[in-house]
Amino acid sequence: MAWFESHLLSTLVFLPLLWAVAGLVIPGKFRKTHAVWALLGSFLVFAVSLRLYGAFDAGGAEFQLAERAEWLPSLGIAYLLGMDGISLWLLVLTTFLTPLVILGSFSAIQERTKEYYFLLLFLETGMLGALVALDVFLFYVFWEAMLIPMYFLIGIWGGKDRVYAAMKFFLYTVVGSLLMLVAIFYLAYAHKVQLGAYSTAIVDLYRVNVPGGGWLSVQSILFLAFALAFAIKVPLFPVHTWLPDAHVQAPTAGSVILAGVLLKMGGYGFIRFAFPLFPEAVVLYQPVFLGLGAVAIVYGAWVAMVQPDIKKLVAYSSVSHMGFVILGLFSLNSIAAAGSVYQMLNHGVSTGALFLMVGMIYERRHTRMISDFGGITKVMPIFAIIFMIVTLSSIALPGTNGFVGEFLILLGTWKTSPWAAAAAGTGVIFGAVYMLWMFQRVMFGPVTNPENEKLRDLSGRELAVLAPLVVAIFFMGIYPNFFFEKMEPSIQRFLERAQVKSTETAIADLGRN
Amino acid sequence: MLGLILLFPLIGFLINGLWYAVLQAPQGRKKAGSLATGLVASSAIFLSFAVGVVAFVQLAGMPEGARVIENNLFSWIKVGGLSLDFVLRVDPLSSLFVLVIAGIGTLIHVYSIGYMSHDETPGRFFAYLNLFCFSMLVLVLGGALPLLFLGWEGVGLCSYLLIGYWYQDIEKAKAGKKAFIANRVGDLGFLLGMFLIYTTFGTMDFSALREVVVQRFGGMAPAGAELAAVTGICLLLFVGCTGKSAQIPLYVWLPDAMAGPTPVSALIHAATMVTSGIYLVARLDFLYALSPTALEVMAWVGGLTAFVAATIAVVQTDIKRVLAYSTVSQLGYMFLACGVGATGAGVFHVITHAFFKALLFLGAGSVIHGMHEEQDILKMGGLKKHMPRTFLVVTVAWLAICGLPPFSGFFSKDEILWMAFASNQGNRVLWALGLLTAMMTAFYMTRMWIHTFMGSERFDHHKVHPHESPIVMVAPLYVLAVLSAAGGFMGVPHASWLAHWLEPIVPHVVPAEGVNHSMEWVLMAVSVAVALLGMFAAHRLFRDLRRPEALKARWAFIHKVLWNKWFVDELYEGALIRPIGRVSQALWRGFDVAVIDRIVLGFGRASEWSGQTLRLAQTGSLQAYAVFLLLGLVLTLGYMIYGLV
Repeated sequence: MAWFESHLLSTLVFLPLLWAVAGLVIPGKFRKTHAVWALLGSFLVFAVSLRLYGAFDAGGAEFQLAERAEWLPSLGIAYLLGMDGISLWLLVLTTFLTPLVILGSFSAIQERTKEYYFLLLFLETGMLGALVALDVFLFYVFWEAMLIPMYFLIGIWGGKDRVYAAMKFFLYTVVGSLLMLVAIFYLAYAHKVQLGAYSTAIVDLYRVNVPGGGWLSVQSILFLAFALAFAIKVPLFPVHTWLPDAHVQAPTAGSVILAGVLLKMGGYGFIRFAFPLFPEAVVLYQPVFLGLGAVAIVYGAWVAMVQPDIKKLVAYSSVSHMGFVILGLFSLNSIAAAGSVYQMLNHGVSTGALFLMVGMIYERRHTRMISDFGGITKVMPIFAIIFMIVTLSSIALPGTNGFVGEFLILLGTWKTSPWAAAAAGTGVIFGAVYMLWMFQRVMFGPVTNPENEKLRDLSGRELAVLAPLVVAIFFMGIYPNFFFEKMEPSIQRFLERAQVKSTETAIADLGRN
Repeated sequence: MLGLILLFPLIGFLINGLWYAVLQAPQGRKKAGSLATGLVASSAIFLSFAVGVVAFVQLAGMPEGARVIENNLFSWIKVGGLSLDFVLRVDPLSSLFVLVIAGIGTLIHVYSIGYMSHDETPGRFFAYLNLFCFSMLVLVLGGALPLLFLGWEGVGLCSYLLIGYWYQDIEKAKAGKKAFIANRVGDLGFLLGMFLIYTTFGTMDFSALREVVVQRFGGMAPAGAELAAVTGICLLLFVGCTGKSAQIPLYVWLPDAMAGPTPVSALIHAATMVTSGIYLVARLDFLYALSPTALEVMAWVGGLTAFVAATIAVVQTDIKRVLAYSTVSQLGYMFLACGVGATGAGVFHVITHAFFKALLFLGAGSVIHGMHEEQDILKMGGLKKHMPRTFLVVTVAWLAICGLPPFSGFFSKDEILWMAFASNQGNRVLWALGLLTAMMTAFYMTRMWIHTFMGSERFDHHKVHPHESPIVMVAPLYVLAVLSAAGGFMGVPHASWLAHWLEPIVPHVVPAEGVNHSMEWVLMAVSVAVALLGMFAAHRLFRDLRRPEALKARWAFIHKVLWNKWFVDELYEGALIRPIGRVSQALWRGFDVAVIDRIVLGFGRASEWSGQTLRLAQTGSLQAYAVFLLLGLVLTLGYMIYGLV
């Protein structure tokens, strides 16, 4: 046990994968057993992640529960793990959502269950690993490792255009990742030149001076390489077009994980890497990204408005909601940054819940077209109540989680750029328009389609999937300090890094070349 | 203690909500009675009222100028230097609102027990009703702008849920959505105004804000950038008010809001929701007083709204629609008052209006109930003898809204008109606009009253058997009738208890220099005369139904414009909603799919082509990329290991 205690993060990261591998011995015909096995494993992982909450001391060191093992010493690449107050909550979000999607898949997935649950747990390892990796190269390995199971989840269990969607997803992500990889190598090399040895540990790289100053300086180029990879993941307008296809084609669990966690990797990447490594470039490109964030919010909302497919509507709403994250981060102040981190958690909860619910009616009707529904409230009243709550969370009603994030982001952005805040603020209106219009067409009115007359309401299992999310929506809306207490010092450090270093670099630049 | 005011309706909401969700909804919608659910909800809001009374008495016992009770419940959001506590505060202004909301709210709850007796899901209805009152109480008790906003959005939500309560009628659902979205447009103004307050003054708490403002300006008028900021704040927040309190240009949702059950209309139009804009302005009176521009805008928007809404009300035939436009019009009055600096008069009118408008709506509900859901006043008539009690109370409300002394509406309306004429910010045009509106109000209300209760019976006697409503519905009407009749005496000119009570929050305004004080009595006589004129004209015109028909034929165009509410809905539809829809379609198909995707897939095809050319892969699919990825990785790593070390 002592080993586990001292290697809490490794345990957390690799437990899902080991559990999945162990599950491979269960013969393929025991479909239910695979599901139950995976569910148990994911519960265990969640329990381990709760230990992190107790183990993490907000007033303590920047990165805690650190672990280090040599990997490729000649290149300075190490197996380096650690977490701060920001990754803490993203980890918990991941381990919280995974059991829910597994439970949500019980009836939807009947084919190749062994492989399916194996990939889900494999994916969880990838996500958790990326969130605790403190070595850029290790981060990259986990980052790519997430890609593979997600590719197969979409490509095998997806809808009818799954191959196209999976390809597009893969193509986009790979292009971004490869540029990032080149930038990583540059940084490792620069570290050797400046400080004497290769290193890819991010705390080392934070000390590397990258010549900045111009729109096309080395720092700007490297920043853009990282930013492109992360912007694609977020996804930020205009590199968002993989998302609607990937979401629509992915099975429900894929969509939930994609929206709930994978997109967060983009925001997390900005926080952990792009901002502290390239502070000057961030300041330089701040107006661009504030603009893109605001455009994404409005653009996503407008395009969501005219979607005939509920799932696509939710996908575009993600573009809008994640635009808020970018807006808040690039506002470069503590209120907006805290809002952005919170918005990432919120989006995981509410959009996750929306995708789960879309999946639930899809299982009943085998369609997701808004026009095929109408009057569902009458036949599924419990579904209607929960759907309403989740919708309200999505449109950021005060008292729900969504409000806290959007409020802080808009307030912080207002301090930096009132125009960006005002433009983004219209998203508050359009967000209500597309969600309530969809809700009206699906849930209200008379039941016009005879096929909708006999739909059964939520089962006990489905309620069990949604109940934790509903609780989270209100808990996060009413008592956000529970989360902020742990993450606040990390957010302050993030901002200090993103700001202090720009002067440091300016001084140290004299000694270069 | 203040927490209790919120706790009771919240508990009521949870009991009825869970009752509906756990017991009723899953078991095939078995009908639950409105009595049990209604009693739970009514006692919840009544207890809240009782605590409100206690708070009021405690306040009254405190020395003037120090009348405030504050409860800090918990820390809501504390991050990044921002610290928002969940602070409830009751002072003379909010105590009055608490009494109005919870008091009239209680009457409406009790009335609903009778009105909703045939409803299938009364648990759901009463849960929403409690939540509505809860939100409104948060709005007036919240000690900081974000808390007020919590209630502000909460009432928006509850109006959405209640207007669309009968969701199976898609038109009703649409009306609910329209209310929410019109409110959201205003909410953006509110949000930005709140942000501007924070960046200008560094706090969003009302009492701290007041201190900062007093310290910074100390009675001096702000100038330059600071004046611009104050004006910006006031105007942005006023945008919020135009949404919630149904002013031009966002008033369009309120008339449609009558789609909800009638008690809901009474709640929205009288006790809650629409009064929140006035409350906000009164709460921030110390800021508004600093910006003449904002006041002028508010006065004109209020005056014009009062007038335009009154013109529409003149031709409507749906009893609830007439009342709805009269609400818009009366709210315009209140903003006119605030705009000429007489915020106290605005608050006074909020209270009297709450009495008589609740009574009018509940009375109309009683009529509709007795007429088997008939709402067209042209299909009523002669109900006086079928519904004598309803007739009596509606008559009181009618006299009150027309502004005849000594009924309550007279006092508040007259004070507004006097201030529009005499205060520093007032002028003759605003006064004339108000006076004209007063005459039209008397005219269309008399029309409604005559069509409903007087004249010949125009309904089908075989199908409709008008009957008086049960006691549970009539009793609350009597209470409201007493209040409508006598409520004005809290604000008798020159001896106003109300103005004195509000003094610490809303300073009393005095007429401008050079205005003759005897004018006050002259104008009072004029406004009574004008009201009588309006009533008399309506009486003459509608005694014989052929006359208005002839008039309608002669002025067909004007009638059409007014009947269609100045075509404002059509304008919004054509100028905003449709274009945005078209642009959205174009962005989706024309940009997302046609441009971005093509570029990305172009990359894909290029690499596929190169892949085939280089014979690295047969299909150019995943394997090709994987090989690329791996190869690139190996090459770079090899280069680094052997080339650099």
